[in-house]
Amino acid sequence: MQPSVKEFKFMLTRVLKSPLSVAGLILISYNVILAVFAPFIAPNTTGAALPDPYMIPRDPAAGIWMQPNSPTPGHLFGTTSLQVDLFYGCVWGTRFAFQLGLEVIVTTLTVGLVLGMLAGYYGGFIDEVIMRFTDIILAFPGLILAMVFVAVLSRSGWSTLNAAILSIILIGWPGYTRLIRGEVLRVRGEDYVEAARASGASDIRIMTRHILPNSIYSVIIVASLDFGSIVLTAAALSFLGLGSPPGYADWGRLIFDGVPYAGSGFAYWWTFIYPGIFIVLFTLGWNLLGDALRDVLDPLSRRK
Amino acid sequence: MEDDQSLIEIRDLYLNFYTYDGVVKALDGVSLGMRKGEILGLVGETGCGKSVTSLSTMSIVIPPGRIERGRIDINIKGKVYDLLSLSEATMTRVRGRYISMIFQEPRAALNPVYTVGDQVAEVFFHHRKAELIEAAIAQLKKDLNRASGLKRAIYQRELSLYEKMRSNPKSLTLRLVLKTPLIRRFQNRMKVEARKFIVEMLKSLNIPDPARVVDMYPHELSGGMAQRAVIAMSLSCNPVMLIADEPTTSLDVTVQAQILLLIKDLQKRFHTSILYVTHDLGVVAETCDRVAVMYAGNVAELADVVSLFKKPLHPYTRALLESIPRPGEKFVSIPGIVPSLVSPPKGCRFNDRCNYALDRCINVKPELVEVDKDHFVACHLYYGGK
Repeated sequence: MQPSVKEFKFMLTRVLKSPLSVAGLILISYNVILAVFAPFIAPNTTGAALPDPYMIPRDPAAGIWMQPNSPTPGHLFGTTSLQVDLFYGCVWGTRFAFQLGLEVIVTTLTVGLVLGMLAGYYGGFIDEVIMRFTDIILAFPGLILAMVFVAVLSRSGWSTLNAAILSIILIGWPGYTRLIRGEVLRVRGEDYVEAARASGASDIRIMTRHILPNSIYSVIIVASLDFGSIVLTAAALSFLGLGSPPGYADWGRLIFDGVPYAGSGFAYWWTFIYPGIFIVLFTLGWNLLGDALRDVLDPLSRRK
Repeated sequence: MEDDQSLIEIRDLYLNFYTYDGVVKALDGVSLGMRKGEILGLVGETGCGKSVTSLSTMSIVIPPGRIERGRIDINIKGKVYDLLSLSEATMTRVRGRYISMIFQEPRAALNPVYTVGDQVAEVFFHHRKAELIEAAIAQLKKDLNRASGLKRAIYQRELSLYEKMRSNPKSLTLRLVLKTPLIRRFQNRMKVEARKFIVEMLKSLNIPDPARVVDMYPHELSGGMAQRAVIAMSLSCNPVMLIADEPTTSLDVTVQAQILLLIKDLQKRFHTSILYVTHDLGVVAETCDRVAVMYAGNVAELADVVSLFKKPLHPYTRALLESIPRPGEKFVSIPGIVPSLVSPPKGCRFNDRCNYALDRCINVKPELVEVDKDHFVACHLYYGGK
């Protein structure tokens, strides 16, 4: 058997042993299915042309009443203000959450890996410059900094949605940089790194072959936990009206649209309960998956 | 370098560590010579600079350490190079190829995420790629004769790629192909060949069932087995010099004996010179040809093993030999403590612990001089005449 296949089998059996990990896997697969098959699960039935599938189509027949309508067979989850279909929004919101999470994670992780690796491996002046800069960013409360970024960026011609994504990236990378630097510092002192250098490996080789695989575990785990919390941050921004435009398939936005009616208690419960459930399931899935990943990836806790 | 027999010559090596407590003068003019095919023991207490000396000979000094001045001449195939003046890029080709190293904690010296085979293969790929390509071509030609149809066509493409690797390793198409997923897997042949080499290597190190050990991870190996894997890694390119940094300290006594015998045996087979760093005088007496005794960043005494144990000259060497515990006798230790290397004593660094200290010892640093044939000592007691 190929070693990679063997490894994968080992990981799979390990994950399947713990019920919580299985739950996490199921939740994530359910979300993936929703995201992938969104056009079939929630097709555009209104007949209106859709330049952007994330803009929830509005049934022209339903009019533009502000008052949300309770669930009907035509609108499974009901509608929120302006007769925006919640079912379509929630399903396509899953797709949007994945897209957002991937964009943010890939960018922040890349930036964090490169900077953290450089800072931890070379130390000295490079370390000083990089880490002081991350300290500056980390000194501000994340959400408030993000709001400032969105405000500044949207004034200079960015759409609020893109500005929100960029601002989440801008507040996200310092955490990874710091985490990776710490891990690299730990691994750099290990004997096998010295052994690799003694056998003629170059700096880049040592970093990619020896330090990276030994310091990536905690980063992967944190990234998978962050996948959930990024969506929460985006929802928070949207909820403050700083993210996606009205009628966008974004869970935070959908809840925000229902806010004016939350004053009347649970009378319009569907406007926030349904998107809320989607957010919870998504975030919970990633949190459980993060724990499962720790079980299989952490060299200290595995094989026991 | 005076004669052909000399392999490495460390001259007046000064090395400092720049710490928050001040400048630690870790090496204070160390001079040492090693001859071809000998086992040189480097003995001393913790912190006397023996590990730093051995790392310097590979020019691996981790910040905050810095080599201030000195020369390390190495004789590779009749040519003499100063290791300290070579570029980092050149050094990556020297390390592991001409000088390699084995470590105190064998399991810590192996990367936990790769199998033994992967790690030894890495050294192979780095230094002996040409041989792997040759072996892969030979194997491919054999396969080609047996194959037919589509398989034959694939093999032919592979062969042309390998021949290109041999003749023109920097060609653009080749570099592209090596980066393309799936297609780059043709290189697996080299892995297979490397694996054959490694299994042979492990077998020659008395490892039982080498074909299984190749695929094991470091944590699955016993200490002795892991040390053998590390030795395999360091000997895979027939280095001219092997640095053994307390290779048996962390092992059981029985395993220790096996590893010592193995090292001695390999030294005879591969004609590798070994710099054996240890604080265990018993091991030194057992394995080494010559011994250098270090104290607080200086070489105190350098002699062949018999005369050092029979006729130790330096007061520190004598004290060290007396402090070996013997059954039935009172335990003796050296009075005083090792001086702080931030502010070492002027003159001889041993003067405040020495029973024979002269006035001169307090102010003048003794030079390492030959007082007997091949017996060097750095002590004012022995060259009063000069």
